[in-house]
Amino acid sequence: MTESLIFEHSRPGRSASAQYPAGDFDVDLPAGLERTSELGLPEVSELQAVRHFTRLSQLNFSIDTHFYPLGSCTMKYNPRACNRLAMLPEFLSRHPLAPVSASQGFLACMYDLQEILKDVTGMKGVSLTPMAGAQGEFAGVAMIRAYHDARGDTGRTEILVPDAAHGTNPATATMCGYVAREIPTDDNGDVDVEALKAALGPQTAGIMLTNPSTLGVFERRISEISKLVHEAGGLLYYDGANLNAILGKVRPGDMGFDVIHMNLHKTFSTPHGGGGPGSGAVGVSERLLPYMPIPVVGKANDDSFRWLDEDDLPQSIGRLSGFMGNAGVLLRAYVYARMLGRDGMHRVAEFAALNANYLMARLEQAGFDLAFPGRRASHEFIVTLKRQHKSVGVTATDVAKRLLDHGFHAPTVYFPLLVPECLLIEPTETESKEALDAFVDAMIAIAKEAEDDIEHLRGAPYTMPVRRLDDVRAARQLDVRYQPDDQAA
Amino acid sequence: MPFIPHTDTDVEQMLGAIGASSVEALFDEIPAALRCGRLDRVPERMTEMEITRLMHERADADGRPLNFIGAGAYEHHVPAAVWEIVTRGEFYSAYTPYQAEASQGTLQVIYEFQTMMCGLTGLDVSNASLYDGATALAEALLMAVRANRKSKSHRILMPRSVSPVYRQVVHAICAAQQLKLVELDYDPATGATPEAALAEHAGSDIAAVVIPHPNFFGCFEAVDSMTDWAHANGALAVAVVNPIALALTRAPGEWGEQGVDICCGEGQPLGSPLSSGGPYFGFMTCKQALVRQLPGRIVGRTLDMDGKPGFALTLQAREQHIRRGKATSNICTNQGLLVTAATIHMSILGPVGLQQVARASMANTRKLVAALTELPGIEPVFTGAGFHEAVLRFDQPVRPLVDALGERGVIGGYALEGVYPELTNCLLVCATETKTDADIDTYVQTLAALMRPASAA
Repeated sequence: MTESLIFEHSRPGRSASAQYPAGDFDVDLPAGLERTSELGLPEVSELQAVRHFTRLSQLNFSIDTHFYPLGSCTMKYNPRACNRLAMLPEFLSRHPLAPVSASQGFLACMYDLQEILKDVTGMKGVSLTPMAGAQGEFAGVAMIRAYHDARGDTGRTEILVPDAAHGTNPATATMCGYVAREIPTDDNGDVDVEALKAALGPQTAGIMLTNPSTLGVFERRISEISKLVHEAGGLLYYDGANLNAILGKVRPGDMGFDVIHMNLHKTFSTPHGGGGPGSGAVGVSERLLPYMPIPVVGKANDDSFRWLDEDDLPQSIGRLSGFMGNAGVLLRAYVYARMLGRDGMHRVAEFAALNANYLMARLEQAGFDLAFPGRRASHEFIVTLKRQHKSVGVTATDVAKRLLDHGFHAPTVYFPLLVPECLLIEPTETESKEALDAFVDAMIAIAKEAEDDIEHLRGAPYTMPVRRLDDVRAARQLDVRYQPDDQAA
Repeated sequence: MPFIPHTDTDVEQMLGAIGASSVEALFDEIPAALRCGRLDRVPERMTEMEITRLMHERADADGRPLNFIGAGAYEHHVPAAVWEIVTRGEFYSAYTPYQAEASQGTLQVIYEFQTMMCGLTGLDVSNASLYDGATALAEALLMAVRANRKSKSHRILMPRSVSPVYRQVVHAICAAQQLKLVELDYDPATGATPEAALAEHAGSDIAAVVIPHPNFFGCFEAVDSMTDWAHANGALAVAVVNPIALALTRAPGEWGEQGVDICCGEGQPLGSPLSSGGPYFGFMTCKQALVRQLPGRIVGRTLDMDGKPGFALTLQAREQHIRRGKATSNICTNQGLLVTAATIHMSILGPVGLQQVARASMANTRKLVAALTELPGIEPVFTGAGFHEAVLRFDQPVRPLVDALGERGVIGGYALEGVYPELTNCLLVCATETKTDADIDTYVQTLAALMRPASAA
């Protein structure tokens, strides 16, 4: 099943004329500025467009249609109410620069969300403006930089990053003008504290940590790490990618972190949307409060809500978006947080951990090797196919692609980079035991197939709209837009 | 338990399989001293029925005023079909298309989006989007500095007629990477950047020149001569555009002798509701030669192992998950849902629809300006031709007027004096195709009743 391109449905002169104003409008463009080339947009009927994009949607896996155990991505159910209520007409038509007098309803939601996020993270301040995890990271490291700069402590040039970290961590350090220095991981999946000690010094601006780490285990020596980094004059940055694992159980603020970002599209269940929009709210400790990105929502003397801007936070790292970030996403996170409530927060981590540890135990019993046997899974864990790769030549990609045929989205593969042939599996708290059991059955069937008929396995997937795609060709013979002439050739 | 399916029997069986005595035992690797207690500041849970009532109350409090404001976010009609389809679970709850075979829908949408953005801007390559217009400009300038190897200065010529917020965002994101923004003043008569402002920098080392189209005041710049000036002076030309304006005006890829090198902008007018400022999406297109410097995701068409065409993310070697500290940007996501909305929006409107929206918005803004300037004490500030926004000067402070209008259900415009101190008592106004003659009349009548008579001013 495939769908032709929208451009191939196009016929000159066709249009959805109910959707735009009719009539001759008197417009006065300066001479020579008039458009001379075609716009390159398709000319189709409304039905053709609706049918085309509905069909395209049906080519996707999604949480609403499939179990999606994509490690590190927290693909949990996105409650429909969050979408419905964020899309109330009043919220959709609110202009970002509307006066505060006409914005108290919206601002109340944002203020409440800031307070909830402060409590669940143990931080002193929250700014909601960063538009994705990577921008939250940028905001966090920029605040670390602003803190050191404000103290005249300008000799700090390095940000420490564990070797298992997300690629965004070193990329962010670079964007903030720092050099990223990698710290190795020990055999149990914890940060190598001796290596950390050796790396710390007057050049250390801070460390970026994910806890539980990307290896799916809790960093047990976090208090010691926090003490060491602070003693060296550095600050601790918490990458909130895995906050779902500890929500309501342990708070980054209590672990000694100075700044954190939260992926609201993970922990607070806002949609991933095929790769965005995300939302990367940041939380800060007391000493970083002056540097938060603006705007932040505050309360005026009369208890009405107002924007805190340059005048309130003159040392802010500034503005990171045209207005105030992904406001509509924040409304969705707010609705979710209110529906979970106080007790629901604890339950997120509890049932995410229960599902992960159950799935891990079942797969181990079924003969799969764990990257870190003997450790508790956080909300995710790593299976390594190193042994099977050696014996029958199966790869993590083979298993990932075959899972699609069994009706499961693949786990994250080949991340973290330091575990060979790995599958990073995160079931989330919203999956039922039956879904997990069915996944185990599929994994067992695939393992058997690897031994019986590896060639067939290597041909997977067989039931998707397309089979394995030629990535090398995609990069070498770059075709990134439709050009009708291509079709004639 | 909201959103958790487990029965007591499930929990018991699962703990049995794990060999754990309780759910609490699963957290035994976390040092006891770090464990948190009750989250006192998180309120008790609400049912869907209760939160629905609360959100309706809050939405009602803000109401649905008449928007005569733009300043970077524009109210346009969005066909009902757009968000009906965007919020289908298959788009809404999918993730980044790393497993291409199970994500052909998302990937094909992005490929079609890239094609449309290349067409609108007249350039060769588009990425899959960035966060918003402001961050797209920041990324475009970082890209320009990487791509312009002849320039060592990292100096960017930035007209003051570019949105002040965009300039602030560029500063916040790029300062640590040593970009230096050199401001170009605008002509107080026309509202556009005069040739003399550029000429002052002739012969010096400039990495890029930013060309807004239209600029923040709604005025058109001399896009051809600015593009040619940039190239004559060894700089890249970076356009920051409103995509609706491109329906009527020459594509940036055709400006001047060679066209701009990079084009970026705010995609919101293409199907994203105002929604308090986001989520929107930034777009970016460029010439073929610069593709390896382009940040963000790119989708390519390729073949599968049976020789059948399909889509996949490509040129990933530029990105953070491969290159880590040496990536073109730390960006990971794009704004997938908004790109989906834009692609459906552009498909439904088509070339004629987009042009009609642009014409109607221009015509309505002309009507609004004519009606407002008939009131005593209101004058247009700039003489230059513009798109669908205009700057008006009042004979009295505008902020109290904006607040009072807001209380009466009219968002009257954006007061400029906070960001342009010289534009005291000036208001940036906008009327898109969504406004009727009656709406314009409501604005004028409401304002007339609020303004102090000239004699008392």
